[in-house]
Amino acid sequence: MSLIEVRDLAKSYRSGDETVEALRGVDICIAQGEFITIMGQSGSGKSTLLSVLGGLNRPSQGTVEMAGVDLYALSGEKLADFRSAKLGFVFQSFNLIPYLTALENVMLPLAIRSLKTREKVAAAGEALSRVGLGGKADRLPNALSGGEQERVAIARAIVNSPHILFADEPTGNLDSKTSLEMMNLFRALNDAGQTVVMVTHNPENCDYSDRTIHLRDGLVVAEG
Amino acid sequence: MKLHNISFNNLRRRKAKMAFLTVGLTVGIATIVTLITLTKSMSGDIERKMDEFGANILITPQQYGLAMTYGGISLGGVTFDQKEILESDLARIATIKNAKNISAVAPKVLGGVQVAGKQVLLIGVQFDKELKLKQWWKIFGEAPKAGNELLLGGDAARVLNVSTGDTLEIKGERFKVTGILDQTGSQDDSLVFAQLGVAQRLLNKEGRINLVEVAALCSGCPIGDMVLQIAEKLPDAKVSAIQQVVEGRLKSLDQFRRFSYAMAGVVVFIGSLIVFVTMMGSVNERTTEIGVFRAIGFRKSHIMRIILLEAAVVGLLAGLLGYGAGMGGARLALPFMAEGKQVALVWDGLVGFGSLGLSLALALVASLYPALHASKMDPTEALRAL
Repeated sequence: MSLIEVRDLAKSYRSGDETVEALRGVDICIAQGEFITIMGQSGSGKSTLLSVLGGLNRPSQGTVEMAGVDLYALSGEKLADFRSAKLGFVFQSFNLIPYLTALENVMLPLAIRSLKTREKVAAAGEALSRVGLGGKADRLPNALSGGEQERVAIARAIVNSPHILFADEPTGNLDSKTSLEMMNLFRALNDAGQTVVMVTHNPENCDYSDRTIHLRDGLVVAEG
Repeated sequence: MKLHNISFNNLRRRKAKMAFLTVGLTVGIATIVTLITLTKSMSGDIERKMDEFGANILITPQQYGLAMTYGGISLGGVTFDQKEILESDLARIATIKNAKNISAVAPKVLGGVQVAGKQVLLIGVQFDKELKLKQWWKIFGEAPKAGNELLLGGDAARVLNVSTGDTLEIKGERFKVTGILDQTGSQDDSLVFAQLGVAQRLLNKEGRINLVEVAALCSGCPIGDMVLQIAEKLPDAKVSAIQQVVEGRLKSLDQFRRFSYAMAGVVVFIGSLIVFVTMMGSVNERTTEIGVFRAIGFRKSHIMRIILLEAAVVGLLAGLLGYGAGMGGARLALPFMAEGKQVALVWDGLVGFGSLGLSLALALVASLYPALHASKMDPTEALRAL
């Protein structure tokens, strides 16, 4: 059974006097526990697709059904609650909060949960351990390397045990050695049962996924 | 990790910006506290100074006739059935509702006597109260203390050809002149002042008085009410307000107060602008950060709480600092405003809590739009997506 079902998805937006069609009728199904990479050239619509799948960008047309929930039938705040409970995000620039330590950054999604501080710290510590950064919990982001920052970002994305982990070009700002380490980490998470949807422009990253969706001009042109 | 941790950590990280905001707000609150405290302290000082200008309520015997005086020239009048005021009745003045606003009650008895072959007007007064009421008096010598001592107006001393230390005889009794008044330009110049009891005896008016001058001022109660209250207590007396003096006093206070409030209004407006611009700038700098919060599931209300909590912390801190600085400013400024005289600084709890409340409210209201703006930010900013 599919965890995500995308039907006839279209997204257009205004750029000056022009209307840009970023997505033009996309149909995708992603199963529970799959590792999917989305490939495409710059402007192909892959990041737009990721943001729509992640409940961040309301589509112009079509539906996104996730675990049986029509995502965009939810109101703005219900959608935020859904993201909080079911989804995790890793951003290209990691987007860690500079004034919070690694542990606090990982705890961020739990800040709005009614858990005891002790439980939040335990969950964040465990997530940091899973990404191999247990010993640097008290460091601020600027005291961490690029790879370590990415690990913190991944730990933040998995701390609330999301249904799906979305990653937007997670190796885009890393050297090749660190990129390999990160892809191995994503693979390991997936092996442990985590569904991963990753946007990438690096074909080598596709070797780590179960399936790659190729986009061009807002359309799925190949899958496999 | 709770929402307030995000607010506090952000405040710590943006020390310079938040310090600027706090200082801006502190200066505003301090200015308001200084102005209000100065107004309150000066009001007391002004009231005291105005008391020095003389009485503002006059109590005279009830007369059923018309006075025939104009410009100080008396042509006599038709007066009948005049009831004098009994000195014992004056105690009733202290029982009126606004008794605490009365600063001096000065009874007087008047009558003509022969002194050194000349007819003069003898006035019996209570010197301690009279001197409190007429602080502009300049006495060469000393005010009488004993019953056999006199104070002479400047003209009276000249006509009677006496100086300080001389003695005068009135109705067979000898009195020592202890002081002579410098020219006042008023009726006082031609009077002979004696102790009230002595004058009553000399004039055969024991226990009776002709005139009472009352000095009262309060910003919260109208003099008109006090006149009615005294009239109720002394039904046989005529009680009247010296309107010009009363209105002049109240107008001066009112003008000073209005000036302070206008200044406070301007300061509040400028303070609000500083908070608004700084918070708006802060929110715009944090676009990505707020996008991340939204992407990981923070509600709009969560974002608003983070921003408003930061504003509240700054507001409370500025309120505390502003109150302290404002009171310090008032303490420094007061001696100059009060022309070097010792004026008590008014420590008002209401001003303390008010400054905290105003600072908090100002910070929150001015941050409301920036917080709303932040809560409506597009989470796709964090994903650099279209």
